[in-house]
Amino acid sequence: MSQANSGAVLAAEAENREFLVFSLGDEEYAIDILKVQEIRGYENVTRIANAPDFIKGVTNLRGVIVPIVDLRIKFHFDKVEYGGQTVVIVVNVADRVVGIVVDGVSDVMTLTPDQIKPAPEFGVTLSSDFLSGLGSLDDRMLVLVDIDKLLTSDEMALVESTSNR
Amino acid sequence: MDIADFFDTFFEEAEELLSDMEQHLLELDVDDPDSEQLNAIFRAAHSIKGGAGTFGFTVLQKTTHILENLLDYARKGELTLRADLVDTFLEAKDIMHEQLDAYRSEEEPNQEAFERICHTLQQIALDEIGEKLDGPAIPAAESKASPGQSENGTEAKSSEEKVVNGQLLVALLNVEDKDRILLVEELEQLGEVQSQSGDTKRYEVILKSSDSADDIEAVMCFIIEPDQIEITAVEGVAVESATPEAEAPPPATPAPQTPAENTVSKASPAKAAAKEKPKKAAAESSSIRVSVDKVDQIINLVGELIITQSMLDQTVSDLEDQSVGNSSLQNGMSLLQRNARDLQEAVMSIRMIPMEFVFSRFPRVVRDTAGKLGKEIELITEGKSTELDKSLVERITDPLTHLVRNSLDHGVEMPDVREAIGKPRTGKLTLSARHQGGNILIEVRDDGAGMDRDRLLAKARENGLNVSDTMSDEEVFQLIFAPGFSTANEVTDVSGRGVGMDVVKRNIQSMGGRVEIQSKLGEGTNTRIVLPLTLAILDGMSIKVGGETFILPLSTVLESLQPSKDDMYAMAGDDVVIKVRDEYLPVIAIHEVLNVENAITDPTKSIAVIVQGEGRRYAMLVDELIGQQQVVVKNLEDNYRKVPGISAATILGDGSVALILDITGLHRLSRYKKEAGKKVVNNQNLSIFKEAEPS
Repeated sequence: MSQANSGAVLAAEAENREFLVFSLGDEEYAIDILKVQEIRGYENVTRIANAPDFIKGVTNLRGVIVPIVDLRIKFHFDKVEYGGQTVVIVVNVADRVVGIVVDGVSDVMTLTPDQIKPAPEFGVTLSSDFLSGLGSLDDRMLVLVDIDKLLTSDEMALVESTSNR
Repeated sequence: MDIADFFDTFFEEAEELLSDMEQHLLELDVDDPDSEQLNAIFRAAHSIKGGAGTFGFTVLQKTTHILENLLDYARKGELTLRADLVDTFLEAKDIMHEQLDAYRSEEEPNQEAFERICHTLQQIALDEIGEKLDGPAIPAAESKASPGQSENGTEAKSSEEKVVNGQLLVALLNVEDKDRILLVEELEQLGEVQSQSGDTKRYEVILKSSDSADDIEAVMCFIIEPDQIEITAVEGVAVESATPEAEAPPPATPAPQTPAENTVSKASPAKAAAKEKPKKAAAESSSIRVSVDKVDQIINLVGELIITQSMLDQTVSDLEDQSVGNSSLQNGMSLLQRNARDLQEAVMSIRMIPMEFVFSRFPRVVRDTAGKLGKEIELITEGKSTELDKSLVERITDPLTHLVRNSLDHGVEMPDVREAIGKPRTGKLTLSARHQGGNILIEVRDDGAGMDRDRLLAKARENGLNVSDTMSDEEVFQLIFAPGFSTANEVTDVSGRGVGMDVVKRNIQSMGGRVEIQSKLGEGTNTRIVLPLTLAILDGMSIKVGGETFILPLSTVLESLQPSKDDMYAMAGDDVVIKVRDEYLPVIAIHEVLNVENAITDPTKSIAVIVQGEGRRYAMLVDELIGQQQVVVKNLEDNYRKVPGISAATILGDGSVALILDITGLHRLSRYKKEAGKKVVNNQNLSIFKEAEPS
């Protein structure tokens, strides 16, 4: 799994994690690369009536009906545009396939444990429950999103809450 | 490989064996039992016992063991069958099934039931054939039955009685010298060899051992075939060695009656087993067991292929329009289209299983219910080979059972009553299945009392339902599906077919089917269930609202019309009803309920599609009808939650997703929206019956 630098110590290598870095506006976020199934363009979404606005609808991913969530709307970004550059990251969480719309995908980063700092308490938009930490990489700051927790949370309304099951 | 990997195979096999056993037991003519059937029942029990032993399911093994012993007596004619004995056997079968289920869910089976059935069975053994046994039957239950033993189960029983003095005569038939030496050495390990003599054809060893004949045979069978060995108990030392071949008639051994008999009986099951085996092998080679997941996957892939094919088709016809069409491309396309359809049909047929799987449980249901009610019923099944999608088969069983019980309970009269009105004492219940167009038609017919229209109407009024005398018979009969109908108080046997019928109807509707009732007072009732052939593919009507495409299940669509201003009536402010041929239907404007933008808001400019859902009719306002098409139903809940008003999704020819509308869900949603808008406090007004068409 890990393609760490040749200088890295073996023991530490196991602790290193790879993240897919994507951008929302000017901010940089990252999710565990192992959750990512594929990356595709934004197209052909069928709207679902009465769903929250950040759920764009569902799309056909090779025969599977997959919901598409726009994280920019969810995180209350002012500028939400759909163009040729708009990217959908298809993630696999909790036995489900979900597409998340982001502004762009930049690269895959390997972070060592000491590069991951605990997330401070956040405001209302993004509860720190959904963060696995902050990654610092030279002068860049990556918000490490715990995509599992985020997408299965009640407020995402993607899964029926456990009490209803 | 872990032995647990074989558990599932065993469970499935045992389940099949148990249902075989049940079927044979039910078909068994008590007065003149067919020996083939008795053998089959015995073999089923025996096979389960063997498997249960191998996997260490002791409770199941013990239960089967006792049952097997009894069955063995029965097939040898030592136990005279009676109806109540068959009932007990059936009960034992049920308990074994429960035990199997318990093991399957990794629980311990119900000890109480186990003890009770063991006791009952042992009691039968004692009462019926007690005098024929050398000892009480009880110890038989406790003795360990060896799982690895041969098809021949008789020794199990016989040997236990024989180890009285611990002396056994082990005869080896047609065993080669080198094997014989090995075997004798083995025997020496098991006990004390007191004497040995004979030749290759028949070599006899007198063994003093505390092990049971079963155990010895099990050990021996590692080296030789079960039919090469004969174990009999020795009383005293007087044993003549003049014994014939295995298949030959009873040996002239002066040994007591029982062992001698055992030697004889050995041949027959062995033969039966020999006969059975090739049959089994043939069955195995002609079918394979595949997990439903794999089949579903293939069906999905084929669905994909069909969609891709229609996408290509569209592209090709676009090319044609631009007159750059290429005839070989078109030929290829039509070939692909045909092959894809054929492939789809072939793949769908994998999931098809005959209705027999459903019907086979009804002899039992009918027998039990009729027995309880004291009625005489003849069950006839027609069209057992009609095939139905497996997912439907599983879901149809419960509603069907309910209908059958209802027919027996309320439909068919008591034998005396029937006789008095000139009908045969035995009521006839017919279950039939057949194809009808793209649907499958399942009927539950009885020749009972039929339904009383007037009584139903009276009852409905009592329940506060909105009914009128001018309703058609069919409509009146449909009343029994109204929720809560006839639950208020005891309904007479003439009309009381209501308990839980709403659930039956709902279940069938959730499968995309519908229920029709035909009934004639005094002549009987026919309940018809019309189901789509499969759940995976649906005939749909694609409609357009605003820029969005939706699919309506074609089975729900009755007609469509252009509403005129005069037909629309406002009700209680916000509600609108439309008058269609003397019927007032609630109007659901899809664009309102589903918040579709840019839709036609003027009802007179839109199209009203009259649909039927859960027994009610609605008029849905849509912008445009696109056309009928078969769609592959895709689950929405796999990756997303349940959406109100939407039952599933599908993929259209252009690869985009279209949602399949759920009519009753939409209606509920529209009410909910209006309610939320109006903040209606008086919920009483929304009672379910008030929603029905006012007249």
